[in-house]
Amino acid sequence: MTTQVAENPVIVGMKNVTKTFPGVVANDQISLDIRQGLVHCLLGENGAGKSTLISILAGMQQPDSGQIEIDGKVSRITSTRAAMKLGVGVVYQHSTLISSMTVLENLMLGDTKRVLLDKKGARTKLRDLSALLGAEIDPEIKARNLGLGQQQQVEIIKALWQGSRVLILDEPTSMLTPQAIESLLASVVRLRNEGLAVIFITHKLREAYAIGDEISVLRKGRMVKHVPARELAKMNESSLKNTVLTAMFGDDQASAGNRKTIEELAGAATASRQARKAGSVSETTVLSVSQVTCSPNDGTRGIFDINIAIRAGEILGIAGIDGHGQSTLAEVLAGQRKLQSGRVLLGETDVTHLDVRARQSMGLRYVTDDRLHEGIVGNLPVSLNLLLKRVGQKPFWNRGRINRQEVLDESNRLISEFDIRTPNPETRAGTLSGGNIQKLLLARELSNNPKLVIFNKPTYGLDLKTVARVREIILEFANEGVAVLLISADLDELTELADRIAVISQGRLIGETPNVGARTAEIVGEIIVNEGAAATGKSRK
Amino acid sequence: MSDKKQVVDSAMRTVSTDGIPAESLTAADTAGQRSKRSGKEIANLLIRTITPVVLAIIAGGLILLAMGKDPLFFYGNIINYGIMGRGWQQSLVMMTPLLLLAAGLIVVFRGKLWNLGYDAQYLLAAVLVIGFAPSLNAVLPWWLTLIVLTLLGVAVGAAWTIVPAILKARFETNEIITTLMMSFIGVGIANLLVRGPFQDPDVVVPQTESIPLDSMLPYIPGTRIHVGLIVAVVVVLILHWVLTRTSFGLRLDIFGANPKTAMHVGINTSRMIVTLFIISGGLIGLAAAMDMLGLWGYVRSNWNPEYGAAVIPFVFLARLNVLGSIPFVAFYAIVANGGQIAAQDSDLSTDFILVLVALILIFMSIIEYIGTRRDLGQSYLPPGLKTSVAQIFGRKKSS
Ligand SMILES: Nc1ncnc2c1ncn2[C@@H]1O[C@H](COP(=O)(O)OP(=O)(O)OP(=O)(O)O)[C@@H](O)[C@H]1O
Ligand SMILES: [Mg+2]
Repeated sequence: MTTQVAENPVIVGMKNVTKTFPGVVANDQISLDIRQGLVHCLLGENGAGKSTLISILAGMQQPDSGQIEIDGKVSRITSTRAAMKLGVGVVYQHSTLISSMTVLENLMLGDTKRVLLDKKGARTKLRDLSALLGAEIDPEIKARNLGLGQQQQVEIIKALWQGSRVLILDEPTSMLTPQAIESLLASVVRLRNEGLAVIFITHKLREAYAIGDEISVLRKGRMVKHVPARELAKMNESSLKNTVLTAMFGDDQASAGNRKTIEELAGAATASRQARKAGSVSETTVLSVSQVTCSPNDGTRGIFDINIAIRAGEILGIAGIDGHGQSTLAEVLAGQRKLQSGRVLLGETDVTHLDVRARQSMGLRYVTDDRLHEGIVGNLPVSLNLLLKRVGQKPFWNRGRINRQEVLDESNRLISEFDIRTPNPETRAGTLSGGNIQKLLLARELSNNPKLVIFNKPTYGLDLKTVARVREIILEFANEGVAVLLISADLDELTELADRIAVISQGRLIGETPNVGARTAEIVGEIIVNEGAAATGKSRK
Repeated sequence: MSDKKQVVDSAMRTVSTDGIPAESLTAADTAGQRSKRSGKEIANLLIRTITPVVLAIIAGGLILLAMGKDPLFFYGNIINYGIMGRGWQQSLVMMTPLLLLAAGLIVVFRGKLWNLGYDAQYLLAAVLVIGFAPSLNAVLPWWLTLIVLTLLGVAVGAAWTIVPAILKARFETNEIITTLMMSFIGVGIANLLVRGPFQDPDVVVPQTESIPLDSMLPYIPGTRIHVGLIVAVVVVLILHWVLTRTSFGLRLDIFGANPKTAMHVGINTSRMIVTLFIISGGLIGLAAAMDMLGLWGYVRSNWNPEYGAAVIPFVFLARLNVLGSIPFVAFYAIVANGGQIAAQDSDLSTDFILVLVALILIFMSIIEYIGTRRDLGQSYLPPGLKTSVAQIFGRKKSS
């Protein structure tokens, strides 16, 4: 795509960088050049060491050995502040914005140089930077009210605030809708054209192909493949995909039998849809929600007049732009929020006034999308996190006393079943890689006999192979008669899995369509457009 | 259930064979896990814990020098009076309420709730225990009186936390403010009670009647240490066990880590808040009962031993670990007990002991700052509190 070649000067050069944690070599002798005016894509399965590598560049971790050269000079990045001074700006995998503060306030937190706050100057700077990104951002809006796409733009602006020359983005697109991804990629390209060096971490090959000028692949902490700009320019999308996937998941996969798997991963993976047993949806209604309204007073978006029915074995997808009430809906159903009016039935039982525990014991499971702040306790070991929703229950606890052996056995089982990459069950869950934390959540919710599972973005942050596996599991569960509510910003995911898709907007379900295959995306699009037209029509009157 | 398990199994297995073999990660790690608390980490932890105390002693010595006093003489006397002779027995008696108070604070602090109403919880319990002693003694045998009064102390301490607890649970009212306000009110009421209904009619100074010596807590045979110490140690050990080994302790830690997670997991957060406050207040009330029935035997108006303020730094030095708080409380008890007479001998105000505690706090803060930058051992502050503080100052912590 771009014709720029390797002549671009190296801004940051990493040489033989090694970083170990108890039980893992997260980065093993990694060398990597970051060049001015190029987007360097970093790929690799969950736990490969991508985030660790950039946390070294960001000054949050010190390498055990190896060195970093900046403009050819050996430098030590001893702190995040040092990184900023050297011109390295980072957008982390998990948001660092403070939700109760406005955009401007969040940005000005980074202004460490002056004592007095320069609001006017900050405003101008924000305007310039948003123009550079091609984004429109209201400086006074509270961070929590930003859509996820805008949140990422603000994170980028925050990373550039001190005048960075290198911008590092760790999985910036994993939570975004297709449109938001488009505009984010466009922003990154603009920055690259301004001469910034960009590191872009993603699990989506399509994105890597779309904006990558150079590509590196990590596997088990080692750099297993580097495609320099000159080579990449000559590749087409599918040959790139094959190269990358082979590097990512090992040569063992390149053997004839597995070649197909790789192609499946690369393709839209429509195959699994056919795995859906015909007539697996039964007549029994598992969840019925009638006229539910909940408008929280803590600033999160409310939901209004929601009606849903899901039958056993059915997958109902909820499409819509993130932040339109999806999480509130999930929390209401899980029992984490009180509703103002309406009724929720689980099977025949009215659970409207039952608490979280009671609903859990009736087989309701909820995979939250806030894995870091809600899903796990980072300081507790993986084993206890896997049993977090069964604390106090037999056989793991006996009259309040923990049975360590039972806890260990069950967690070892789940760890191997779900292939969670952790040094051992006693490792603190907070140290796992992003994707592996997600696997932990899935393992916890999908074990122990679910009847209704609410998934809120179940596959975000997962590598291709795990995504495929999780989708397979969701289908298997449905085939077994579990009812599934699948909330996702990813339309491809919904069209692949769901039987019906409802669209949420402004906290209301504005339409629904059966999944009719290829045309479904179009229909969903029409629902959104029609609603938009109706809304503007109304407001004109 | 087994059916479903198999479904997941097969779905997962197919892929995990060509992923990283799980063994390659796990095998190396059983060893790695043991070394999770490696020798180096433990050494760091100890350094970080003991350094502030050592530095405070040195700095206190320099201050003494500057004041023209002999620091070795003063510190030597602290050991003399605090440990030698019968000093160790007095120090142990002093430890009794301090241990219980530390335990009471640790329980709520672990849930990131800040019960700062300890003064009123202690004093109200103390005054009511002493105030009802004479009338109960008149009708009940001495041992039953002691039990009833002890329970009364526990109940009073617990009751004084109820309002802040419910306000917090229902309306998320900031408990720092409500417990402090309740503390003002409670200390006032305690004084009014001493001067009013519980005033000893035989004296003019505002104080309560004294419990006769033979109706106080008995001594441990062969010592002058009352059995309250045994009660305190047993309670502390039980509490430690509850916090570290039971499902309640785990729920408490989950709640302390993040109320949102607690809610998600199905913990009743309102009930948790109220429970924690009640346990905290109850332990502080128990401290008062043991202290009154074992040591003091009466209360004078405007008396306030301010145990809570003295114990707080040590609770954090112990990283909110109940067992870990014992040596610190012992250290403080020796310094405070021996320091009383040692200060007189050196012609110092007894307030110098508070200066030492303040110095420890200052050095803790300095080491906390350096330690965070150097990655030295574990922070004194609970992790959540630390990240929120760090966030405010714009430091980034993530994935
Ligand atoms: N602070 C830490 N302490 C201990 N182990 C860690 C720490 N940070 C990362 N690790 C380990 O290092 C390995 C690499 O993790 P890293 O977060 O770099 O993976 P990643 O490539 O970013 O994966 P993902 O795609 O899931 O985000 C993992 O095995 C993880 O458990
Ligand atoms: Mg990562």
